[in-house]
Order: sequence, then C-alpha cells, then structure tokens
Amino acid sequence: MLIVMDILWAIPILAILMSLLGGNRVRNEYVNLSSSAAVFVTALVLLVFSPTKPQSHVSGYILISPFGNWVTLCTGAVYLLASIYSTGYMRILNITGSQAAKFYGLLEGFALTMLIVPFMNNPGLYWIAIDFTTIVSAFLVGFEREAESIEASWKYLIVVSSGLSLSLLGIVLFYWAGTFHLGAVYSMTWATLHSVAGKIPTSLLLTSFLLVLVGFGTKAGLAPMHTWLPDAHSEGPAPVSAMLSGALLNTAILGIVRFMDVLDGTEASVPAHLAVIVLGVFSLSIAAMFIVRQQGIKRLMAYSSIEHMGIIAIGFGFGGVLGIAGAMYQMLNHSLNKSLLFFGAGNAMRSYGSKEIDRIRRVLSFYPVTGTLWLLGAIAITGAPPFGLFQSELAILRAGIGGSNSWAVWVIGLLLIVIFIGFMNHFRSMFFGLEPTPDGSPTMQFNGWLEVPMWLSLAAILVLGLWWPSGMLHFFTEAGKGL
Amino acid sequence: MLTTHLNSLATFLFSFLMTLALVLSFVMLGSHWLRNHILSFAAESWVIAALSASVAYFGHYKELYVIAGLTALFRGALLPYLLLRLVNRLKIDREFTPLFRPASGMVVGALLILMAFALSSSIGAKFGITNNITLMALTAMFGLNLIGFLLMVVRSEAISHILGLLVIENGIFLGSQILVPGLPILLELVILFDLLIIVMTFGILVRYLKVHAGTTSSRDLQKLVG
Repeated sequence: MLIVMDILWAIPILAILMSLLGGNRVRNEYVNLSSSAAVFVTALVLLVFSPTKPQSHVSGYILISPFGNWVTLCTGAVYLLASIYSTGYMRILNITGSQAAKFYGLLEGFALTMLIVPFMNNPGLYWIAIDFTTIVSAFLVGFEREAESIEASWKYLIVVSSGLSLSLLGIVLFYWAGTFHLGAVYSMTWATLHSVAGKIPTSLLLTSFLLVLVGFGTKAGLAPMHTWLPDAHSEGPAPVSAMLSGALLNTAILGIVRFMDVLDGTEASVPAHLAVIVLGVFSLSIAAMFIVRQQGIKRLMAYSSIEHMGIIAIGFGFGGVLGIAGAMYQMLNHSLNKSLLFFGAGNAMRSYGSKEIDRIRRVLSFYPVTGTLWLLGAIAITGAPPFGLFQSELAILRAGIGGSNSWAVWVIGLLLIVIFIGFMNHFRSMFFGLEPTPDGSPTMQFNGWLEVPMWLSLAAILVLGLWWPSGMLHFFTEAGKGL
Repeated sequence: MLTTHLNSLATFLFSFLMTLALVLSFVMLGSHWLRNHILSFAAESWVIAALSASVAYFGHYKELYVIAGLTALFRGALLPYLLLRLVNRLKIDREFTPLFRPASGMVVGALLILMAFALSSSIGAKFGITNNITLMALTAMFGLNLIGFLLMVVRSEAISHILGLLVIENGIFLGSQILVPGLPILLELVILFDLLIIVMTFGILVRYLKVHAGTTSSRDLQKLVG
C-alpha cells in the first residue's frame, strides 16, 4: 500500500512541476483537473484495498490507517470538486497566463500538503505537515489581493501559527514525560506515546492534551479559537473556501482524535473526552449565534463549518462504535455538502456582485438550476433528511444518549433547531423574498464548469443519505479500533 | 537523562545561558524600537545555540552540534537579517501604539515568569524532580512562551507579532534542548526549516498588507468582524 501512497503524493508534485513551467491557462486547467481526478481515484483505491489494521512503514515514519485513508478520501473528493469549479471560476475572474499558473500551482500544493498530513506517524512531523498546509493556504486566501483578503490571510497565519505553537509545546512535554520510562531517546510515534501514556501522571497527560487540543483546535476552527476561520473562508476565492472548509479542517481534527486515542485507557481519558465535547458544544453555540444574525453569504457558510466541526468533535468525544462511525461519516458528508454550498455562494456572489445576503434576491427566478441545487444543499447542510448529514448527525446523537455526557445531546438538539431556523431564514429571504433586487437583475450566465460540481456533490450527499452499504459500519468499526 | 549527572561547570553554564535567554526577552519587553527587538532576538538565538553546543559537549549528543550550528545560522543570522530588511523596507522603526508602557510590560513579564516557575515546580513535584536544571528549563520554556504571547497581545505592529511568535518558538526550542536532547534530529531540522518558511511567508504578507491595506498595524485592520 506504500506504493499507492507514493503515487498519491507524486501526482500533485508532478502537477506542481508542470505549473512551474508556466504555460497558458487552458494547459494549467487540464493539468490540475487530471491531477485532482487521479488523486481522487488513488485515494479511493487506498481506502478500499488497505488492510483494516493500521500499518507503519519507512522505519515508523509513515502510518497507513483506515482513519487516515478516510480523511484522505475527503480531501481527494473536495480537491476534485474544487478543481472542476476553479476552472469555471478562474475563467469568470478572467485570470490568465502566469497568474493562472500560480493559482493552480498553489492549489495543487495545498492539496499535496493535505494529502501528506494523514500519513504522518510521528506527531512532530504531523505538526509540521499541518503547519505547511497553513503556509500554502494563506497565499490562496490572499490570492485576490484585495485589502480584505490580505487582512484575512494575515490574521489566519498569525492566529493559527501561535495556536499551533501551543500544540508543539504539548507534544514536547508529552515526549519529555515519556523519557522517564523509555529512556532519553525513543521513537516518537502515536503508538509509542500510547504505550507510555499509562505510566505518566494524569495531570501532566491532561496538560499536554489540552495544549494539543487548543493548538489543533485552532486549526480545526473550534470555538473560541475559531476567529480566523470566518475571515479566511469568506475572503478567499470560492473554490479555496471549499478546500479550506471541506478538506483542511478534517486534517486538523485527525490530530485531536489521534491524541485522544493516545490517552485511551488512562485516567486522563474521561476528562479529555469531556474537554473535546465541551469545545464542540461551545462551537455549536457560537455558530448558532453568528448564523442567526449573519449578513455576509460566505461568512454564513463559514460559521456553518464551525458548527459542523463542533458536531464532528462531539461525535469523537462521545466515542464508541456509533460515535466514531457518525463522526467519520459526518466528515465526508460535510466535505461534499459544504463544497456545494460554497460553489453556490460563489456563483451568487459573482452574479449579484456582492457578498451581502441583503443584495441577493429572487435567486430562483434568475437562476432556476443552480438556485435549486444551492437551495437543496442548504436544506441538506442543516441536517434535514434525506441527505447524508441527517444520517450522520442522528448517529452521533444516538451515540451520546445514555452515556455520561448525555446532557450534550439535548443541547445539540436545541442548537441544531436554532441553526436550522436561522440558516433557512437567510435562504428564504434570498430565494422567496418579494422585494426587488437592489441593483437590478443579474445578467451573468454560468458555464458548465460552475454547475457540474454542484450536481456531483448533491448526487453524492443524496446517495450517502439514502444508502448505507453493509460494509460501511464494519469499516467504521475497524477504523475506530486503530485510529 | 541528561540532567541527572552533571558536573558543576555544566550546571553553571546551563543555568547561566538559560537566565541570559530570559533576560534578553525582557529587553524585548522593555524596548519599543523594532531594531532592538530584532537584535535581542538574534542574541537570544545565539544563546540557545551555545546551549545546544554545551548540551552536545556535556551530554555526548554529537548531532546537537549540527543543531547548534544551524540554530546560529538560521535563527541567529538569517531570520534577523530578513526581519531587519523588512523593517527597513517598510520604514517602520518603532511600535507606536503599545498597550503598556515599557515598565508596566516588564512587571507583567516578571509576574508571568513567576507563574511559569510555579507551574514548573508543581510539574516537578509530580515526578519527584529535585534537579534545578530541569526545573529551570521548564520555567524558561513556559516563561518564554508566556512572554511571547504577551508581546503579541500588547503590541499591534505586524512585525511585533512575528517576533512574539519567534520568541514562543525559541522558548520551546530552548526547553527541548535540555529536557529532550534525544528528540529525533529530523524533527529539529524540519522545525528550523519550517520556521524559515514561515518568516518568509510573513514577510511577503506584511508587504502585501502595506501595499493593499495601507497599514501594518492590527489596530487599523478592522474590516473583518462578525
């Protein structure tokens, strides 16, 4: 399976090299499209044919595990969708020549860094891989070079880097505590940390876990460390927002989950799970408040990402077969669903020429097809049946009932209703509000590149909502045994 | 463990270098001139390089000599050079809107060091550590972290934020030299490289900020809220 992983990394590297050669826009578009399609297929192959037990390679530096492969699949899927959409989006923005080569090169680089992250078996190298995703994506966020987008990317870089420095501190503390039992030099992997965790004093375990949680939580957009997220997601180009939201956040959640897994079986495990659940619930509440009174269309989507990261964290916090299965399923559903919404928001923003919800009106009468796709996506993201997120949220809620943290289930239930009403109210005013559009009718016509990815993601979340293949639960159960 | 059997010279050298690093971070707190700030960061990096070299000598960790050299080169020379060039290009020579006067900043910094010491002592008590060098390394690590965050919080210039972040990283690096000298060398190398890339990225973004947003002070960056 190592060879498949090598191929997975080689594809975007090759694409980056080709974009470095420059060339015209069309060539770069097709290089990127083929790279993303190949990455998606390879990620699928890796997921299906990997053994269910995690395997380490290259003297313990590489870990191929079902959970990592799942996160990789999410990344691959979003990369493919975002690439198709980028092709259309960059044509509308009229980006050509070297600018286009730069954009696609960065996009491929961003995908590459995210494809490296899940395979890091050394928590320190995992940290560095996460750091690299930040650096590459900061340039993508500021790609349009407007005052707001540069401000957003600056804020993103500063907030996330300082957050991440805390998780580095946590990792060093943990490694140091381990030296009392394993000697001054030992290999730093998730497995060795797990093996030594039982011998480390509980308070130190918790201290380092909390540092790691705050650090990677910053990257994952968990409140109250989420402050960079709405800015970065709303100011970057729409396909970049989709990649940030659908793919990047998952890779940071992975670190939190693996560290939580390291503590499993120790006395620190229960408070660690509680801490993750509390952060998740807090993220949901912050998201609910900001969704209700939101004015920017892409910021609305960004706060919805904070909401979903909260739910995913809560799922892993509840743990158990159902909690982990629900959270993993939620990751994929959210990736696909959020891409659809960002594509819709990008289309609306470009055609109405505004990011303000107030300026987007009567979408259905101007854009019956994309409008419908977008509306269905919005219904799906709030967790309504028959879409995928309904299934996964239900599984997570069921995982919590009866456990020691069942209070969280009621709070989540309530907040999800608030978010549903708030979110749908914005869509009601954009789709069915009777007041005329402030700036006259939008005239822009969408090319197929901007619609096809919306169709694809809607079809996927519909299938995932209606059909849960029998092998899936088995896969999640096995994946949960060795995260 | 490195710290269990050290002769008195090594003990003196380690504690002297760690104290020096902490004192240099107070120079940063006490001055609002960015150039002083950068120079004391460079000096602090040289101190840490000297610490790595002495750990390599007394603890027989040969590969730490390489780390010491690279620390001096990257953190002690290249990063300060890049930052100084940035300051010159942007023509911002001092922090104009600090939250604290230098004196108050130093008092808060001292309180933070006390806090770091209390935290380290309680961790030390958990492990039954009586060794002063270990406690001091923990104190210096937490202390530099807290001072780094303090620098980021009370100052608003973009370059001050970068320097705050670098002080945090210096703290972690200093602590890990004493606490976990056996940390895989690959990791240390990649962290050094990573830091360089981060600073270069920051540099590019700060210049964009100046050109496209017209300011490099976070106090004037107020467009994105809610």
